[in-house]
Amino acid sequence: MSFSVIISLIPILPLLGFTIIALSGRKLPHGLASTLACGSVLVSFILSVVLFVKLLGGAPAFEVTLFPWISAGSFNVNFAFLVDPLSSLMLLVITGVGFLIHVYSIGYMHDDAGFNRFFSYLNLFVFFMLLLVMGSNYLLMFVGWEGVGLCSYLLIGFWFKNQDYNKAANKAFIMNRIGDLGLIIGVVLIFMNFGSINYADVFPKAGTVGASAITLITILLFVGAMGKSAQIPLYTWLPDAMAGPTPVSALIHAATMVTAGVYMVARNNALYSLSPMAMELVLVVGLITALFAATIALAQNDIKKVLAYSTVSQLGLMFVALGVGAYSSGIFHMATHAFFKALLFLGAGSVIHALHGEQDIRKMGGLKKYISVTYITFLIGVLAISGIPPFAGFFSKDEILAHAFEKSPVVWGVAVLASLLTSFYMFRLLFLVFFGKERASEEKIKHIHESPSSITIPLMSLAVLSVVGGFMGIPEILGGNNWVGRFLSPVFAAAPESEVAPLSHGTEYALMGAIVLLTLVMIALAYSRYVSKNHVPVPEGEPLAAAHKTIYNKYYVDEIYDAIVVKPLFWLSKLFDIVIEKSGIDKAVNLLGDAVNDWSGIFRRLQNGSLGYYLFVMVIGVIVMIAFSYTLK
Amino acid sequence: MLTALLLFFPLLVSVVVLAMKPAQARSIAFAGAVLELVLSVYVALQFDKSQLDQFGLNKEWISTLGISFSIGMDGISLLLVLLTTVLIPLIVLSAFKDTERPASFYSLIMLMQSALIGVFTAKDGFLFYLFWEIALIPVYFICLVWGGENKGKITLKFFIYTLTGSLFMLVALIYLYFKTPGHHTFAIQSLYDAGRALEASQQTYVFFALFFAFAIKMPIFPLHTWQPDTYTVAPVQGTMLLSGIMLKMGIYGVIRWLIPVVPQAVQHWGYLAIILSVVGIIYASCIAIVQKDFKRLIAYSSIAHVGLISGGLFTLSIVGLQGAMVQMLSHGIVVFGLFYIIEIVEARTKTRELAQLGGIRNVAPILASVFLVIMLGSVALPLTSGFIGEFLLISSLVQYKLWIGAVAGLTIILGAVYMLRTFQKSMLGETNGVTALLTDLSGQEKLVLFPVVVLVILIGVYPTPLLSISEVAASNLLSLFSDLSASVK
Repeated sequence: MSFSVIISLIPILPLLGFTIIALSGRKLPHGLASTLACGSVLVSFILSVVLFVKLLGGAPAFEVTLFPWISAGSFNVNFAFLVDPLSSLMLLVITGVGFLIHVYSIGYMHDDAGFNRFFSYLNLFVFFMLLLVMGSNYLLMFVGWEGVGLCSYLLIGFWFKNQDYNKAANKAFIMNRIGDLGLIIGVVLIFMNFGSINYADVFPKAGTVGASAITLITILLFVGAMGKSAQIPLYTWLPDAMAGPTPVSALIHAATMVTAGVYMVARNNALYSLSPMAMELVLVVGLITALFAATIALAQNDIKKVLAYSTVSQLGLMFVALGVGAYSSGIFHMATHAFFKALLFLGAGSVIHALHGEQDIRKMGGLKKYISVTYITFLIGVLAISGIPPFAGFFSKDEILAHAFEKSPVVWGVAVLASLLTSFYMFRLLFLVFFGKERASEEKIKHIHESPSSITIPLMSLAVLSVVGGFMGIPEILGGNNWVGRFLSPVFAAAPESEVAPLSHGTEYALMGAIVLLTLVMIALAYSRYVSKNHVPVPEGEPLAAAHKTIYNKYYVDEIYDAIVVKPLFWLSKLFDIVIEKSGIDKAVNLLGDAVNDWSGIFRRLQNGSLGYYLFVMVIGVIVMIAFSYTLK
Repeated sequence: MLTALLLFFPLLVSVVVLAMKPAQARSIAFAGAVLELVLSVYVALQFDKSQLDQFGLNKEWISTLGISFSIGMDGISLLLVLLTTVLIPLIVLSAFKDTERPASFYSLIMLMQSALIGVFTAKDGFLFYLFWEIALIPVYFICLVWGGENKGKITLKFFIYTLTGSLFMLVALIYLYFKTPGHHTFAIQSLYDAGRALEASQQTYVFFALFFAFAIKMPIFPLHTWQPDTYTVAPVQGTMLLSGIMLKMGIYGVIRWLIPVVPQAVQHWGYLAIILSVVGIIYASCIAIVQKDFKRLIAYSSIAHVGLISGGLFTLSIVGLQGAMVQMLSHGIVVFGLFYIIEIVEARTKTRELAQLGGIRNVAPILASVFLVIMLGSVALPLTSGFIGEFLLISSLVQYKLWIGAVAGLTIILGAVYMLRTFQKSMLGETNGVTALLTDLSGQEKLVLFPVVVLVILIGVYPTPLLSISEVAASNLLSLFSDLSASVK
């Protein structure tokens, strides 16, 4: 098989899976539908591994052009794919984690009436996600970008009988569209400045375009990233997106889609590196988001909401990495995060499954002895996200923090604070769910059972990845050689080397040690509060202290947006409709008509006023004219 | 000759249908419309994409007045003819069997087709005007006779409004006619030459007279107030004709009978047209958000979409012009599909109030899925037909002026707001007393809607054949402006 066929098949297979399942509808037996869906992603994964191995062996990046897509004047864009180390790594994560989540869904969605529909959407999602990372130009990336947004919309509102879920789906789509407008304008500006929107044409010429144009372009692209990767101010859709089935939260709203913004900024490193202002913006937004979302997560009581805010926070951390120019660190953390966050979500799904739909951690507790596989794998996920060595999150997070320290101790301080909060709320979650007394009803406890193997096997696989995933980027000071950084280096070669001198080994050891130590302190604090003292968050409706109440209510950001954007838009629309349209323009038109009508009263006697009569005369007139014209010849 | 065949064949069908018994009228009309479609596809395959006018016919007609029967097609005409020949059979098929007085109804639709093709192919100013007015007659009667509540008053307003616009056009055309040298003529090239030779102030008068007529037809803000009422009250086939094809007469008019006639004035006043168009996008989108009637909502969304088309068109760039072409086709198909879905829902539930609908997806999943795909076309999701045009048009406006492009681009957000809301209110949620017993698509309805779904995706994935049809004609039109700037230097 030639490489162009392999590359084309990677996205086509999931598309085929979607098409078959979607068109055959409910007729297709569930077993067949899920086999098709899982199988197509598995084969794509295997093919991605083939490409990965080739690239590992030093092969140059692959490019395949399928057909010309849009052409208007000098604007030409092809359906063309690019597989370089960056997209190759993304392919592995998308198809690998994607496959595990497909398998998980077989068990999780087992009794759902929309089983086939669910798998068709999942496959469609994988297709678009693959387009996003494989496109060799901005517009094809945009196709994937909006396509995954569509799938996200469809899957958040998967249980469409519930209008609250549908509202969450609409919110996700519309908020993403706000970002997309920035992105698409950025793409047009790229075309205007570079005369092309192919990566291969744009990046080498990055230095030839004026600094202000580059800054404008990169900021507009980043607006797109804010929407897709849920950064301040466009993040509020992601916690609401938890309305979707849990495998969706794992795949789309944690592991893959929401990292698209990180991918996109990293892909455009050649442009971002030329604009200190844009880099500064990426850094600041990432930093604020990381801390802000972490504080909200401290006070949430819905197991999925905690994980959702944690995702927002972790994405912020990835943008911090990009903002300080440590692109490969950002991608490294993206990969490890995909492992442990998918694991955590799937683990949460297993808990929810065991408790028949319960998501409130105040009604859990003491579950470790009932569902031990879920407990152990969840624990691994928590250790990984908290950055305990040697779990995956330790290496990737440490790398980001080290680069942050190179940039400035303040940046480092804020990022460390966000990390420490993360370990606190994650252990809070772990302790409240699995430790202490059972708080679920006896009825539920009686029926509690460990999930089937289609659920536990993906959990264990992801647990293994969350343990060993970090080894791809062991830093030199710990005896590694940062393999992932070297693998990605061709993609980030255009980005200039960091001007700041790298840290001395002594500093690096000291920082690492301090962070691990502080993390252990946070865990101890969480332990003493939630295990030793058996603290349980107060039930709904009981008064809270002011600060607690503010973060419990997510700083009222949704309410603020509603007051300053949603309601005004509605009022403006009403104003247009009732005042300007009906009482303004249309009334003026009617008045003008009436005026002419009155004025022409004098002439009216000449005519009988029947419109039908006029038309009749007109048609006759036309026919006579045509007839007349032929007699002339 | 092929153009003449395309033009007169529907007229023949129209006459034949009139003589038919009610029971046969629909099948004969449908057969005729399909034959016409086959013919137009044949013509498209014969079309040489590297050339301008083809399949022409030029006969002297009223030679004393310099009027000739001159028709022909370049790529721009061909695409609009194709839009007409694709939509008419679907429109015929979409009419339910129990239409009153079917013979006259289908006869009028076929007459309409003939007139529309005449508009899109006329190469003589007088002939163009003639077809332009003839096209109004069938749709007027369709709305008047088969329309809904309050039809008399609303249809009259529509008629007078557009007729007023046409009068301005007629005056402009006659003015140009008298500016032609020697024995006056309505031949298109002579009118072009006469128009371009005018002084700036004279060009301005001609520009506004023509623009007024075309702007009403599209319609462009603030000349649009006839449209929502007419679309809402018209029988659905009338609405489909008006929105799917007839509004493209206005855009086509700008391309063929405004831009090349008074290019300097277009360059000078295009800014105004763009501003009005972009204001219309935002204004109509906002109004769509608060509509309660499904049909009226789509009527306003149509104003927004047309605003984007005309805005992009007046940037006088190849990207804008090609975007306008492909968006005209996409909009025609999408809006046809949307109005048909509304009709299907209304026929089953007797209501178009969004507040009364809901949960239809539970009982009619195929209907809901078809609506979903067409809606995605409407909100311009990539890989649907709507994206190609909308991207090119927004792109042209951004290149024209960044802030104008950014404001026009708000359509991708506002469009999502009102369309997702509509989908949610009608299709999602639990069923209620009104929708609980709704049945899914019938065979005939699938036959109408599946081609729409296929076209929405096909054009979105592979628009190249369409874009290449109009490429030469579009760049030829714009070469006028490079010539202009060259002559100034």
